[in-house]
Amino acid sequence: MSPLTPTDSNVLTVSHLNVYAGDHHILRDINLEIPSNRITVLLGPSGCGKTTLLKCMNKLTDLYKELKVSGNIYIGNDDILNTTHNIPAIRQKMGLLSQRPYPLPVSIYKNVAYGLKIKGIRDRKLIDFSVEKHLREVGLWDEVKNRLNAPATSLSIGQQQRLCLARGLAVKPAIILADEPTSALDPISSKIIEHLFREMKRHYTIVLVTHVLRQAIRLADHVIFMCDGRIVEQGSPSDLFSHPQSDELRAYLIDGN
Amino acid sequence: MLLKRILADKANGLWMITSLVTILALPLVIGTGLYLKASPLFDQQSFFSLVFSADWAPSEGRFGFRPYITGSLYVTLLSFLFTLPVCLLSAIYLTQFSSQWLIRTMHPVIDVLAGLPSVIYGVWGVLIVVPLVAGNIAPAFGTSSAGYSILSGGIVLAIMCIPYILNMLIEVFRTVPAGLIEASLSMGATRWESVKHVVIRGNYPGIISAYGLGIAKAFGETIAVMMVVGNVVKVSGNPFDAAYPLPALIANNYGEMLSIPMYDSALMFAAFLLLIIILIFNMIFRYLIHKTRKQ
Amino acid sequence: MRRIKIIEEKIFVFLSAFMTYSLILVLMFIIGVVFVKGFNALNPDMILKTPRGGYYYGGEGGVLNAIAGSLYIAVGATLIAIFIGLPAALYINVQLIRHRKTQNTIRYFLDALWGIPSIVYGAFGFTLMLFFGMNASLLAGIITVALLISPIMVRTFDEVLSTIPRGLYEASLALGSTRTETAFKVIFRQGFPGFITAVLLSFGRGIGDAASVLFTAGYTDNVPVNLDEPAATLPLAIFFQLGSPIPEVRERAFASAVILTLIILLLSFSARFMAKKYSRTNLR
Repeated sequence: MSPLTPTDSNVLTVSHLNVYAGDHHILRDINLEIPSNRITVLLGPSGCGKTTLLKCMNKLTDLYKELKVSGNIYIGNDDILNTTHNIPAIRQKMGLLSQRPYPLPVSIYKNVAYGLKIKGIRDRKLIDFSVEKHLREVGLWDEVKNRLNAPATSLSIGQQQRLCLARGLAVKPAIILADEPTSALDPISSKIIEHLFREMKRHYTIVLVTHVLRQAIRLADHVIFMCDGRIVEQGSPSDLFSHPQSDELRAYLIDGN
Repeated sequence: MLLKRILADKANGLWMITSLVTILALPLVIGTGLYLKASPLFDQQSFFSLVFSADWAPSEGRFGFRPYITGSLYVTLLSFLFTLPVCLLSAIYLTQFSSQWLIRTMHPVIDVLAGLPSVIYGVWGVLIVVPLVAGNIAPAFGTSSAGYSILSGGIVLAIMCIPYILNMLIEVFRTVPAGLIEASLSMGATRWESVKHVVIRGNYPGIISAYGLGIAKAFGETIAVMMVVGNVVKVSGNPFDAAYPLPALIANNYGEMLSIPMYDSALMFAAFLLLIIILIFNMIFRYLIHKTRKQ
Repeated sequence: MRRIKIIEEKIFVFLSAFMTYSLILVLMFIIGVVFVKGFNALNPDMILKTPRGGYYYGGEGGVLNAIAGSLYIAVGATLIAIFIGLPAALYINVQLIRHRKTQNTIRYFLDALWGIPSIVYGAFGFTLMLFFGMNASLLAGIITVALLISPIMVRTFDEVLSTIPRGLYEASLALGSTRTETAFKVIFRQGFPGFITAVLLSFGRGIGDAASVLFTAGYTDNVPVNLDEPAATLPLAIFFQLGSPIPEVRERAFASAVILTLIILLLSFSARFMAKKYSRTNLR
């Protein structure tokens, strides 16, 4: 495959990405494009490197000193992987939703306001407005509007996950990186999140990591199937799921159903 | 056979509960014992004058504990000031910024150091700190000191308490899930901002408890302080002067305590005071820890 | 705004790294100083001989009296602490298994007990001695140190026992065992490595403590042969010798400090080893 170059319809381009942890080759020559305003699903068995790939996009791999990362990741024309300049601003372009909700140990209100405070916004009215707007966006406003000052941990897990989504949206990202965001949730909360994602793709580009085949079928506009640290197949869900080319995907489809 | 087993069950059950009750009743028994031994003192002097008077003349039956209490407080305060930045910053560095390798080697080392007997720290104090204070630090501040001083006591205590406090802080900070830091970073916060908001602010009770327990330990420490603090009865604000902390008073005078009337009561009163102060400290901060652990 | 933040981060990361590395250096320095000073004065006589005439003026002899006294006291105290600590810890984890709140309250009190300074135990031991008309002796020292280390024993052992899954307890009851049989045969066996760790830690604490034996054990140049004889202890030997104006005697204090440190290091490494071994069997 020839090295990919950034194009207009692709928000994010990954080119020749390799990640090592010691001698262990976690990601092998990853090349992919994330189309804008679509849900791109990273699908694959556990331990295939999906989460690591997601963390590379957000530069959270910096936290793990034992990881060696090489290659390029472009947003527009900027290679974000190899810059050390203004990393917080790069991360702000992407909202992260992790496997388990991680509400900050403060109130519901302050959780959503956190990103704004970090940006240096002090205008109380603007913050109030933004908090309400984003809590509405995730359908949480009516449930929490009377207890905005309650600790975020007092919410149910499903509500916490939506709060974390609202918190991420408040910094106005272009891309949502979601790492198995429903794996810790009950079926009803999962449904709500999935529904939100379908609504949100009008305004955001979404990258969703999952190992649940059904979820991928329900949500994906574009599928990247990974196995053992490499991309095995990528393409439209109808192509991939009805005409799998590789043995790995075929096996996965049979097990998944 | 069955009867024998039931009897054994009863007997062993009794042994177990008796042991547990004995241990749990220990502070009460100790407190009562010391109080009873100290009580003759209260016929002569009020509690208030015992604690706040600076008039110390055992042979004339006057016991004012103020020099000892201030001595203890001063040494403890100094050690707290030394440990405060060192422990907090080191714990943050070890848990958030350092390589895995460093914390994996440091954690057992800190654990071992926290278990070293205090007399070893005292030896080190006499060997290094006392000459350092007398020869370098005091002259640098334009005064002179014998070296056996409040400052030396504070330094030795701080070094003793650092492994103890650091250990607790590391335990506290380690419980912060990586996902929380990642969430904060992905909203555009810098590493340090994330540490400030998530690690420090989210763990106030744990941090306060660690220091609270450290202070309590410092306040009751005997041998190491006694070896370097000079043991002179005096109320002084100068850290280069000697002082006489409460535990040192008890430890140094047990020999004479039976030869002077009421002296033994006075020393037991000092022990009683130590017990109450430290027990209260421990109860408060342990309570904070237990409460946060439940959440 | 952004610039200030980055500068703030740089400053604090530098400061905390600086603090950490200087702390490591200081702590290594302490151990180094004690060892270097002590090893120079260390010789076989120190360990094998008791003080001879004129020892405290630089004469011949060693601190065998203190080593033996410390070991006797620590062994005796540990035995007593096992006698009351073991059943207490089992009681918390077996009989009270369904009373989470009581368990936690007891743990809370034990933790608070752990903080009582040893000088208070020493003073209390002294009042006990007066009450029973005893003299400073091996026995009084043993009892005082036993009181000091019992909460430590219980809490350390309990920490391990509390990780034993409830299912094991229920399985044992289901097989028809009584509760105490479950406690002593099943739970105790399962937590045995933790018990050894607790014993080693308590023993180390007992052997290194000075303030509690200061009034209660007394001091002597002989190795005690009876419970009612006074006994020297290693920490006090260090303390007294260091107070001497004679350089040779001070040197011996450093040598004694090395002996004590080595004993403590040996104990804590064995305790760590046991704890590791235990967690490995637990994972399987």
